[in-house]
This record gives sequence, structure tokens and C-alpha cells, in this order.
Amino acid sequence: MSGKQRDDAPDYKKEKKRVDGRKMDELRPLSIKVGVLPNADGSAYLEWGQNKVYAAVFGPREALPKHTQNPYKAVVKVNYRMTTFSVPERKQPRPNRRDYEISKVLGEALDKAVFTEQFPNTEIGVFVEVVDSNAGSRVACLTAASCALADAGIPMRDLVAATGVGKAFNELIVDLNKEEEDASDAVDIPIGILPNSEEIVLFQMDGLLKKEELDKILPMAMKACKQVYEVQKKALQEKYKLTELSEANVEAGIAGKENAKNVSQVKEAKQEKESKKETKEVKAKKVKK
Amino acid sequence: MRTTVLEYDLSKVIELAKQGKRLDGRTLDQMRDFTIETDKYKNAEGSARVLLGQTEVIAGIKIAVDKPYPDNPDEGAISVGAELGPLAHSEYESGPPSLDEIEVARVVDRGIRESKAIDFEKLCIKSGEACWIAFMDFYAINADGNLFDAGSIAGLAAFLNAKMPKLNEKNKIIKHEYAGKLELKRLPLLTTFVKVGGKIMVDPTYLEEKAAEARYSVATTEDGFMSAMQKGIGGSFTAEEINLMVDKAFVIATENRKKLLKMVKN
Repeated sequence: MSGKQRDDAPDYKKEKKRVDGRKMDELRPLSIKVGVLPNADGSAYLEWGQNKVYAAVFGPREALPKHTQNPYKAVVKVNYRMTTFSVPERKQPRPNRRDYEISKVLGEALDKAVFTEQFPNTEIGVFVEVVDSNAGSRVACLTAASCALADAGIPMRDLVAATGVGKAFNELIVDLNKEEEDASDAVDIPIGILPNSEEIVLFQMDGLLKKEELDKILPMAMKACKQVYEVQKKALQEKYKLTELSEANVEAGIAGKENAKNVSQVKEAKQEKESKKETKEVKAKKVKK
Repeated sequence: MRTTVLEYDLSKVIELAKQGKRLDGRTLDQMRDFTIETDKYKNAEGSARVLLGQTEVIAGIKIAVDKPYPDNPDEGAISVGAELGPLAHSEYESGPPSLDEIEVARVVDRGIRESKAIDFEKLCIKSGEACWIAFMDFYAINADGNLFDAGSIAGLAAFLNAKMPKLNEKNKIIKHEYAGKLELKRLPLLTTFVKVGGKIMVDPTYLEEKAAEARYSVATTEDGFMSAMQKGIGGSFTAEEINLMVDKAFVIATENRKKLLKMVKN
């Protein structure tokens, strides 16, 4: 975008630091909260550096109009939108070609993660809204959207963890910010994976890249996505953990007065739950509404 | 959460209203509690996030250089947009602006515009050639009724912390540099009422809006003016009812304005 390379670009070789002081393989600060929107079946709010996005999931519900239905599986329909004030120059309110393309690839990425065959003829509506941005909004949305799907209690093979990787100022780096994305030699690769099987479900690239560089970048991307995955798991556990209050309820409700030993059973159950989290299938237990 | 409305829900709301009660235990003249966070979105010149009960609205301001309208060569302008998207409620759809979106945007717009809170002449850069246009767009994030007042509160809070961009000699915006604040001369706030079961209540929830026969919004300023009014949906009000609502609106808006100023970083 900005044409020529800047003269004041930092000397990476000497300092091994990036424009914003990060290391080559360091992500910007990432935080996720699930269950933030009462109207939605599942939702998430994510902040990743300056990026701020909301994700809401509605469904599975009857896919309408009828011709969009698939008798064999659910359709995962993503709506990626940006607010007018989420970019340096005001965006036109109506969606543009970029919005539609991103919606399409995000939907296709999530499709692999969801057991869509369990919900024929339905649609799972995923709505993501970017409210503030600074490069990497689509991977932020994908990361938030998969947390929202899990929050909605939709059965999934795995979460989708995503990040941007690429090249700027002649260095291979992870999670590019806007300044790096605008470098004259910038290469931007949004990538999304199913962390447990390491299957790649989102892959785009623009820029000029050598095969050898791609070989080096892919392992960096896997490592970064797995860091994102840890944050996603933590966000879900935060909402669905057994709180002390509910433990007390279980004690009083199930164990009864004379059965004090059941307290230890509750604790055991909790430990068992912890270990279950390690298993391959990620399923957020949905509280019956 | 179940967002479909059943006949039973509506009759319950109406029955309670007739006794002067509401589902959430509020009195008829009581607003839901609200919180405001400002300056959250750094790409916007001003921004705010408002939680009014379970209604969540975000507003952001972008200030751009444009050519003045030919009939007002010495004035800048403001523009207000609203989006009630599918993120906020299963009832909303994406697509071109719906009638509801246009109405709520225009009522919030008039409340600010007609109060002369913003001096359009001060938004002129060079007569007939360049002026500022302040775009305020607000988005429903979670819709549980009364997007009019939530949008109005979010919009005013966003305007209150809006910074003016800086220009170079060629009247192009210099990024990340600002030349002071956008000046506000008044603080107009909307107050919205609905009539349910013949009773008038302020700040309706989604369910109360569905049960409503008629809706009435009035924008009031701190110095005793009204800057916009709108009666909405079918049904009617008597002149006495209008008078009563306006009186109540001044009291409620004063309270809201106090709360707002406390929460907005200046």
C-alpha cells in the first residue's frame, strides 16, 4: 500500500526486534471472552492487539430460503462485516467484495470443524463484526467464531485456531500488524488450523514468496496457532468451569446431609473433567436454557 | 436465549402493565441502568459502547473532508447511520437498510442536528471548497429494546470524546494527529416511551416493544428545549399523554445526562 520501503525501518539483524518491539514469533496480546451476547445461541468477544471483534452464532435453525438447504448436512453461513469506524478511512456501510470473499472462506474453514452431517437441512448462522482493526481481522474473526460455535454447544471435531504469518522488512514473522502489512516486501498469509490434527482449513496468501521461505513459515504458523488454541480453551473453560457455588449446590442437592463422602466424589469428577479436556473432541457443555 | 415472542408473553406484559407493573420489576417511569465506555475503538475519532440493561450498542465517529453542499457553502455536516444486524437479534437480517434502521438513525440524527449542538459553520474549512463531515454510525450488538435511547446515549458519548483530525496545507488529513476536540454546545438526549395496555412506560424492553400499541420519542436538551419528536408504530396518544411524556422526558433525560457525563472521559 505505502509504496517504497521506509528509511527508518528498524534494523532487524542488529536488534532482532520488530516495529512494535515484538520478537519474530511473538503474537500480539490476545484475549477472548465467550457468552457475551444474551440473544445469541453462542457468542464471543475477542481483542487481539488493536483488533476487536464480536462473534454470534444462531442455530442450527431451518435454512431459509428453502433452496439453500442441504439434505445431507448443515450449512455454515458466515457473515463477516466491518463497522464504518473500524478502519482509518471510513468504510462504506454496505458490504463490499472483500467482505463477501472473507465470509465465504471463513464459512468453508468452519465447515470442516463442525459435525455438519448431524443437522441436515439447517443453517448455522455465524455473524462476525469487526469494530476496530489493525491487520489480521479475518483470523481474529475465525478464532472468535469457533469459540462462539463451541459456546453454542454445536458438536465440533476441534476448534479452529487462526493467525497471520508472513514476511516484512525481509524477516519471516508471525501476526503481522498494519505497519508490517504495508511494508514494500510484505507477504501476508492468514492461516487457520484444527490444532489437534494440524489440518489446515484456511489458507490465503498475497505477496511475493520463495518456496524455501514457505517451508520455514509453516512450522511457525502451526506453533502460533497452537498458542491461540490455548487462549481459546482457556476462554471456554472460564465460562464452563465448575464454580465453588455449583460445587456447594451439588453437595447439598445430590449428596444429601448424611452422605458427606460424596464431596470427594465431586472433586474426583472435577479432576476427571479436567482430564477430559485433553481429549481430542472439544465439546462445550451447554447449560440448558 | 429464546427470542421468539409468544402470544402468552405479550398478554403477560399487558396484564402487568394494567396494574402499573413490569416484568423486570421496574416502575413505569424507570430507565434500566446503563453503563458507558468511551474511546475504546482506536480507528474511530470518537467512540462509545453502551449497555442499557441487556441492550448493547456501539457508536463510532469518523470525521472526513468533503465538499460542502452547494446550498450551504459555508457549512459542514453530520450524518447518522444505524445498523440493526443479524448479530444483535435473530429477527434482524443483513441487507440494505431496513425501515426500522432508517427511522432510528433519522430520529437520533434530528435530536442532535436540530438542537444546534454542533455548529456546522465551524465545520467549514474553506467556503464552497472543503468542509468537515462527521459520520456517526451506531450498531446494535445485542438488541433488547429501546435502540432509540441506547443509540442516542452512545452517539452523544461518542461525540463528546471525538477529536478533530489535523490537516496539511493541501487540506488532506494527517494521520494520527489531532487538532483539539469536536465542540458540543448542547447535550441532547432522546427519551422513548411506549403505551402498553393503555399505560405509558419509559425505556421498553424488546418484549414491551412487541406488546406496545404506540411509541413516542422526544429529544430534550439541558436548557429546556425539545429538538426532535417522533410518534411511532400504530396506535395513538391523546394531547394530555403527549404533555405528560414530555414532562417526564425532561426529568428522565436530566438524570441520564448526569450519569452520562460522569461516565464519559473528557
